[in-house]
Formats: sequence, structure tokens, C-alpha cells
Amino acid sequence: MTKKILTCTILVLAMASCAFGAAFKIGGTGPLTGGAAIYGTAAMRGAQIAVDEINAMNTGITFELRYEDDTHDAEKAVNAYNALKDWGMQVSLGSVTSKPCEATAAENFADRIFALTPSASSAAVTDGKDNVFQMCFVDPNQGSASAQYIADKKFAKKVAVIWKNDDVYSKGIRDTFVEKAPSLGLEVVSETTFADGNDNDFSVQLTDAQKNGAELVFLPMYYQPASLILAQAQAMGYAPKWFGVDGMDGILTMEGFDKSLAEGVMLLTPFNADAKDEKTVKFVAEYQKRFNEVPNQFAADGYDCVYAYCQALTQAKATPDMSAEDLCGKMIEQFTTMTFNGVTGENVKWAKNGEVTKDPKGMVIKDGAYVGLD
Amino acid sequence: MIFLNYFISGISLGSIYAIIALGYTMVYGIAKMLNFAHGDVIMVGAYVCFYAVARYNFNPFLGVLLAMIVCTFLGIIVERLAYKPLRQAPSLAVLITAIGVSYFLQNSALLLWSSNPKVFPSIIGRGAFKLFDGELSVSHITALTIIACLVIMVVLTLFISKTRLGKAMRACSEDKGAAQLMGINVNATISLTFAIGSGLAAIAGALLCSAYPTLMPTTGALPGIKAFTAAVFGGIGSIPGAFLGGLMLGVIEIFAKAYISSQLSDAVVFAVLIIVLLVKPAGLLGRLTQEKV
Repeated sequence: MTKKILTCTILVLAMASCAFGAAFKIGGTGPLTGGAAIYGTAAMRGAQIAVDEINAMNTGITFELRYEDDTHDAEKAVNAYNALKDWGMQVSLGSVTSKPCEATAAENFADRIFALTPSASSAAVTDGKDNVFQMCFVDPNQGSASAQYIADKKFAKKVAVIWKNDDVYSKGIRDTFVEKAPSLGLEVVSETTFADGNDNDFSVQLTDAQKNGAELVFLPMYYQPASLILAQAQAMGYAPKWFGVDGMDGILTMEGFDKSLAEGVMLLTPFNADAKDEKTVKFVAEYQKRFNEVPNQFAADGYDCVYAYCQALTQAKATPDMSAEDLCGKMIEQFTTMTFNGVTGENVKWAKNGEVTKDPKGMVIKDGAYVGLD
Repeated sequence: MIFLNYFISGISLGSIYAIIALGYTMVYGIAKMLNFAHGDVIMVGAYVCFYAVARYNFNPFLGVLLAMIVCTFLGIIVERLAYKPLRQAPSLAVLITAIGVSYFLQNSALLLWSSNPKVFPSIIGRGAFKLFDGELSVSHITALTIIACLVIMVVLTLFISKTRLGKAMRACSEDKGAAQLMGINVNATISLTFAIGSGLAAIAGALLCSAYPTLMPTTGALPGIKAFTAAVFGGIGSIPGAFLGGLMLGVIEIFAKAYISSQLSDAVVFAVLIIVLLVKPAGLLGRLTQEKV
């Protein structure tokens, strides 16, 4: 019955939009259920807020947003993508997570439907495709940006890296970090790994870093193993500086986590919900009002994607009656030339290969909250 | 001194494997069935304990007790619904069912408790015994785990060798048909085995998550597989074997990480397992029994 009502609503909405003929159909896939659901729902919610704001603003551009569930599965993502294509999607938000997005990006390329993914960060997503763009940093860039940041701020000379060797995200960041470090005067004195199945005990990795005199430990990983590392280092009495990447975002919201463990942990992340600029404050307030939680980076990426589209479509003087293929050409032209300011960064630019450049924001955890380092 | 520190890390990791392996090996020894859902019962136990202690401020030991009760009932229900109807089926069918139960429990946990990792409050704090002027430290939780392992081992061995119920269990393990003819209620005995195994799983869950304090719906799965390996290593079906196998697996894993390569540690662990099984096919303490055809 709910399904029927849903279909009816969609039909009515579709007819309404036809009648006015003014909405761009924008579609994306993401994990809305299952283990990775927090990422997909956040991106969808962020995008929805942006769509509602833009539609209310009377800029001449209106959007109709549709998200399909891919449960973080590449095969389901392609089915979801096809459903969106049948619906008449004109521009796409790709997929939220990397693996599914690698699959849908190939479809986007073949169908000439432009895609801007909020958060699929692996290099393979954009590789060899002229019409797939990213709003988030591509993984390798996070590694070099981190090395640069550590060297610029003179946090340490001797650095240890602990990374997860069965995870492309972690490996991608580690590779460029280790490659870039020596040229910046950073010495990688200890490099150790872990993998699924032996990700509980980090005493060996920490002892190795400690006995080699690492002043800073770089943690290119998600926050769950990082929380174990921090706890075990404290138990050992080892207190180096800690430096993480965007996967560390979320460590403070873990239920039951002792926030004092993360005191002084630094991380590079594009989005800070505590930032005081007007855009961020407005977005965070709206998100909290609707969903009763603080938006994470995925929500911010989804939000920015829709605004970037709004800017590009306005500048290209695009109209909703254009075909996806026509829009694709215009969007490639716009995205490779325009500069965008959003909640995940100022002066955001895109290279021809779809990778984004923006200034990463250094954050430090102080008294259980993120504070900007700059 | 670093060597000794690694050794202690190995023991603490190994003691966790050992306590999980005890449950595996006990169910296998009696019911002759690999209960792949054991790791997920551990996860359920850990969640029950987490909610009792962190949300409702139970005394940690009451929390563990509550988890044991819940898991015991869970074990009985799972056995009743999923395994009992397959009593006469080939063992492969039961094995596949166990994998199904494992997925069922994981996904139910995902629905009930979501995928967000939770940080488990340690049941006895995070302190450590310091030896040699603090050069060596043994955490309280490691000590507790080893004591718990030893107590469980002794109690289980006594239970199985001395009591009437234990005798019934051994009889079922040797020959179900003959046991039934002797007036033993085979179904009830096997249910009891599962109940005890699942109760032990709750203790293992609380200790696992106290030592490595993040809790997710997949928390039990991989330690479960490692503990299964430990049980095979020590000789599956043998209770002291599970203890020894668990400790050795932990120590080998840490040494391989420290002295060979952190990337290859699992490969080394399993290479050692293969060598042991080539030399002693029944595992370290296992008895080689002739299967009657």
C-alpha cells in the first residue's frame, strides 16, 4: 500500500514538474540501508536540503532529486542507476561510496550523463572518464596534502605510518604520503600494517613506532581501528602527535568513546561543522532541525554538489528541456573552468580529469570538539 | 625486554582466542558440529552486556550474567529452530545452516543496533600490573581472561568427566544411536551442550570487547574464525587443546608481526597451522579417532 502511495506521489510530482517544465532531474545512488547506511543517508539528506533551499530561492533553477538505494554493492548500484535513467535523470550525483561509484561511473561515461559524486574518493572513479567529477579529495591527494601540511607546520621530523593493507582507501593515502614525505624533509621511521582479522591488537605497531623514535604517527584509516590504536597507545604510555585524514571524522560521535583519548589528534578534513562562517552555520542549523543530528562530511559533500550544479547550470544558461547529453557537454565545460565556494571549501576548482582541488582544513580535537588549526 | 613485552601481548591476544575456542571445541566435541554462528553469539552477548552496563548502569558482573542468560536462551532457540530439524541430515547441511544463522544474527544486529561502532566499557577498568619497574605490564583484563579460561577449562572438564549429564554428553558424542538405546535423551543433551556453549560465548564476548573495546555487528565474526583456527590447532574437541591452541596462535601472530612482517602475519600464522596439521593431523592435543563407516 505504501508503495502504491509512493508511486502515486511520484507520478503526481512528475506530472507537476512536467506541467511547469522547470525542474532538472538529478539522481544519485548510495547505501541507504545496510552497514554503510550512515554515509548514504547523510549525502542524500545534505543534497535534499540544498535542493529545497534552491527551489525556494527563485533563482530560475529548480531541481527534482531522487536517490536510489545501492546498499554499498556495485551490482545493485548499476540497477539503481538504470532505474534513475528510466526516470529521466539529466545530471547525476554518481554514487556515495567508492566501489559502487566505480561501477556507475562507467555507465555515466557510456551514457554521456554528467556525474559529480559527493564522496566516492578512489582514483578509479574518475580515471579515464571526462564527465565524472568528484566533490571530495581523491584518495592519493589526501596523502600528499597531509605530508605537506605536517612539513609546513613543522609538527615533526620523524614520522610513523600505520595503515590497513587490505583497504584501497588506506593504501592510496599511504602510498602518496610515503612518496612525498622525503622531499619535504620528513623521515618515515616506522611503517606497519594491519588487515581485517588482525585489527584488534596494535601493540607491535605502536612499539615499533615508539622504539624508532617517531614524534608523529600518521593514521590513514577509518575511525574504528584508530580508536583502538589511541586506547592502546595510552595504555602503553606512548604519547606521540597523531595525525589522521577524513576517515577519522566520526571518532567523537562513537557511543561510549572516551573523548580524552582523542585530545590533540589532528586531522585534515574538508568540512568542520563548528565553523563559524555563514554558509556552514545555516547548513548545520537546518540539518539539525530536520534530522536532530550534526551533519558529517558526507552530508556537506552532498549539499555542495547540488549548489555546484546550480552554479554551473546557471552559468551555462541551461534549461530543463535539454537532453542529458547536451547538458553533459555544457557541464564539462563549466566544471573545468568555474570556481565554487561551498561548505566543504573555498576556491574549489576541478581539473580536466575530474579531481578537485581545494584547501584542506587542518583540525585538532580540543576538549572533545573539533577546532580549526589555522 | 621488548621481546617479553611482545610475548605478553601475544598471551593477551591468545587468551581471547582461547576463551572463544573453548566454546567452539565444546560444541564440536559433543555435537560433532562446527557452529560457525558461535562468533555471532559472542557479538550478541557483548551487545547485551554493553546496553546493560553503559545504558542502564548495571554492575559489570551483573551485566555479564544477564548476557549469559540471554545468550543461553538464544543458543537454545537457535538450536531448536535451525539445527534440531536437521538432526538426521548430512553434516554438510548443518554446516551451511550454521553459516546462515551467522548471517542472520549479524544482520539482525545491524537492524537492531545499527552499524555505528560503539565503545565497550571495560568490565574491570583499564589498569595493568607493572613488573620490573614498569618495564613490563600485564593488563588486568589479560589476567582476568586467563583466569577465566583456566576456571572454565577445569569446570568443563570436571563436568564432562564426573557428572551424569557429562557422561550422557560423552555417550552422545561417541554414538548417538547407542546412547539413545541406553535411555539417554539425545536431543535434550545436545540442546544442553548448545546452552552451555552459548553461555560461554557471552563471557567471551564481554572479555573480547573489554580487551579491544569497539563493538559492531561484525565484531564476533573474524575473532570467531581465528578462534576456530586455534581450536583446530590445539585439536578440535579437546578442551585443554583449545586453550593451548589459542595462546599459541596469539603468540605466533604477534611474533610474526614483530619479527617477520606486519603485512604477512596472517600468512605466517596459517603456514604454522599447516605444518602442525601435516605433522599431527589431529592437532596438538587431539585424539585421532577412526571414523566408522
